[in-house]
Amino acid sequence: MPAEIYLNVAVSGLLTGLVYGLMALGLSVIFGVVRVVNFAHGEMMTIAMYIAVTLFAALKLDPLVMMVPIAAVLFALGYAMQAGLINPFITRPEHSQFMLLIAVAIILVNGLLIIFGPDARSVQTSYSFDSFLIGPLIVDATKAYAGAAAIAVAIALFAFFRFNRIGKAIRACADNYMGALVVGLDVKRLYALTFGIGAACVGAAGAMLSLVIDVTPAIGPAYTLLAFVIVITGGLGSMPGALLGGVLIGLTEALAGLFFTPSAKTMFAFGILVLVLLFRPQGILGRRQA
Amino acid sequence: MIGRLVEGTPRRGLVLLAVLLMAFLAAPLVANDYMLTVLILILYFSYTGQAWNIMMGFAGQLSLGHALYVGLGGYAAAALYFHFGIGPWLSLPLAVAVAAAAGAILGFLAFRFGVAGVYFAILTIAFAEFARVGFDHFTWVGGSAGLFLPVANYTRNDLWTLRGNPTMFYYVILAMTVAAFVLCHLLLRSRAGYCWQAIREDEEAARALGINTFRYKMYAVVLSAGMTAFAGVFFAFYYNNLFPEQVFSISRSIELILGPIIGGVGTLVGPIIGAFLITGLAESLREVMHALGVDVPGLKQVFYGLCLLAVVMFLPDGIWPPLSRALGLDRDSSRGQGT
Amino acid sequence: MPALLEVEGLSKNFSGLRAVQDVSFAVPAGAIVALIGPNGAGKTTCFNMIAGVYRPDAGAVRLNGERIDGRRADQICRAGVGRTFQLVKPFAGLSVLDNVIVGALNASRTMAEARTQAEAMLDLLGLAPKRALPAASLTLAERKRLEVARALATRPRMLLLDEVMAGLRPTEIDQMVKLLRDLNSARGLTILLIEHVMRAVMALSLRVIVMHHGQVIAAGTPDEIARDPAVLECYLGEEAL
Repeated sequence: MPAEIYLNVAVSGLLTGLVYGLMALGLSVIFGVVRVVNFAHGEMMTIAMYIAVTLFAALKLDPLVMMVPIAAVLFALGYAMQAGLINPFITRPEHSQFMLLIAVAIILVNGLLIIFGPDARSVQTSYSFDSFLIGPLIVDATKAYAGAAAIAVAIALFAFFRFNRIGKAIRACADNYMGALVVGLDVKRLYALTFGIGAACVGAAGAMLSLVIDVTPAIGPAYTLLAFVIVITGGLGSMPGALLGGVLIGLTEALAGLFFTPSAKTMFAFGILVLVLLFRPQGILGRRQA
Repeated sequence: MIGRLVEGTPRRGLVLLAVLLMAFLAAPLVANDYMLTVLILILYFSYTGQAWNIMMGFAGQLSLGHALYVGLGGYAAAALYFHFGIGPWLSLPLAVAVAAAAGAILGFLAFRFGVAGVYFAILTIAFAEFARVGFDHFTWVGGSAGLFLPVANYTRNDLWTLRGNPTMFYYVILAMTVAAFVLCHLLLRSRAGYCWQAIREDEEAARALGINTFRYKMYAVVLSAGMTAFAGVFFAFYYNNLFPEQVFSISRSIELILGPIIGGVGTLVGPIIGAFLITGLAESLREVMHALGVDVPGLKQVFYGLCLLAVVMFLPDGIWPPLSRALGLDRDSSRGQGT
Repeated sequence: MPALLEVEGLSKNFSGLRAVQDVSFAVPAGAIVALIGPNGAGKTTCFNMIAGVYRPDAGAVRLNGERIDGRRADQICRAGVGRTFQLVKPFAGLSVLDNVIVGALNASRTMAEARTQAEAMLDLLGLAPKRALPAASLTLAERKRLEVARALATRPRMLLLDEVMAGLRPTEIDQMVKLLRDLNSARGLTILLIEHVMRAVMALSLRVIVMHHGQVIAAGTPDEIARDPAVLECYLGEEAL
């Protein structure tokens, strides 16, 4: 095989990886602040994908344009979930939080199955088959747009946590829960906002991914797992780590699909997960907990 | 032996257990084939729930990937039967050993390298997913196209090769469930049971009292995996087909832990009550839907999800602990009150 | 008296912070020795190194002349060192009796033996009436006693007690002092205790070791320690002198 093929596949994997990274960023933000592991993450992304697909089918609205309103809808869903369901569970044992979110995930997957049926749906935009030629590289236009959008959203998020007053307050909650309570921050509202922001990330990622992959209700759990793999690889709670993990997993999957068989690609992602868990449990960019 | 078994259990509880056992033994006399299949499903989930409970309920190690052990056990026995005609009882030790070995590898890696909490749960999922994708490409056992056993012959019951009608399968799974119940009951009162519960409650304190926590956590994983593999063998010969996408899927792992969670994690009766409620209600729901002429795939799972949601929100200890108190049976329970 | 426990040159750093620096002391067999010092002096870190929770960066711990540093906590318990935790760690979901049975398993061959041993410990600590209650329902004073009962049930030669008097009322302190003294004289149990309650330290200890900023600054009989200017300084602050 000529070298360009490897390069093309690697670039494509990298761009998809950026979108994965954005999805995982949502999980990481939620865990980093609320300390709850969102077992319904992939399912929430599936909801976003179905909104994108439905809007496109009915009104020919481009998912990339609809990314912002879809993210807003997911923000509302995430806010409501945290405020209504999860907040009372903050002080409960870990496994009972898992079970709560697993219950939510089961309901979401099968709710989608009831509404949309099991068939795969996809979006065919006018630029579906366009590509850019950069030297010897052929870059798929859809993936290039999606990757660029993922970077834009991630930058916006970094800026929010760095410079915005609410963003800084959320960081204060994450660093010191008791301290945040003492200085009078409304922690529960900030948690709900955080969950909303995490959900918005996954909403934006879902809108982008609807351009790249077909959606069925059943893909939810697989993407929840993928998000875990990415976030643990990059470092649970680390925002740059989530993006880096996403790119790494995207690349691995793409290259594994090329060298072996596409259906075995998740094995490689899990292989990376196991290695990271064993040898660098805090993740590549994570901080070691005392 | 009997003395040890019943020691400390209130008389009322014993009577109730005896009545329940009689009812189960007599059930095939009155139940039709459909009811029998529902009962088999209930007992199957009671058994697997009991096995999972050893790890989570007793030793406090949350596994979200128990489908791995069902699948490994099922595939090992089915493959030996399919390729070499070796019967399930002969291949059972191998099936159990394969799953126990997988559990041992997982446990060794996790406990040696300090993978705990969320990370441990995700590692268990990862192992199951790994097996799912691996078996998809494992052509000797059919790969993603599945492995099929010659369909059961309804005219004759052959216990030796597990080929027969639902009544035979019913008694097999009933015996397995009773055996698992008795085993767990004895385990809870044994040294291992106390060590597990100590680890579940506070691992550092357990260590300070001289408990080799690594060793006891390994025991829990290996035992739980091995017991679950037995259920896998049953599953393979009862359903006669195995698909990696189905047996190893995360939804199977979740299905398997619903019973003990709804019934009461760490209790002996919880997995059974939970299996009864969840399967019984789901089947009734199906009947109602059937009668109304609606066929909505996914409705049953939404119902599972809602049950789970309701229980974790309103009955965080599951149904059995409050129920046993209401019935005045709470000393019989199982949260380790050895008195 | 030969030393049952010997600590020699023990040191531990936590990411640059020197928690314990070159600490040496000995606990003679059959003695009660107290380890005192202000908060953050490194007392509990010392305990955790003796009990096998942390591995020392340098130094040695010997029990009866045998090196035990670097062993795991459970191995050290089996070697005959029992301990309590400063922040009590009851097995909250288990009954009081079952809590102590877990400890008693360490030195029992059968469950029946462990149960008998545990019952005896509950009697000794006055917890027998509470035996069937979940440990979570106990008061702080009762939890401290449960902690001692559980550690004693492992049948240690050497008992490490980490602030078992803290938070107790004066009458409860007197009971605990009497109990420890009885255990020491009747069973020859050797005790090393971290304690802030000076009344208890003075009443119990044969020797007192004072730590400050991770180092031993004084050691001697309770009377000597009470008059030592270095000790007064570290407790009262330099400006008080």
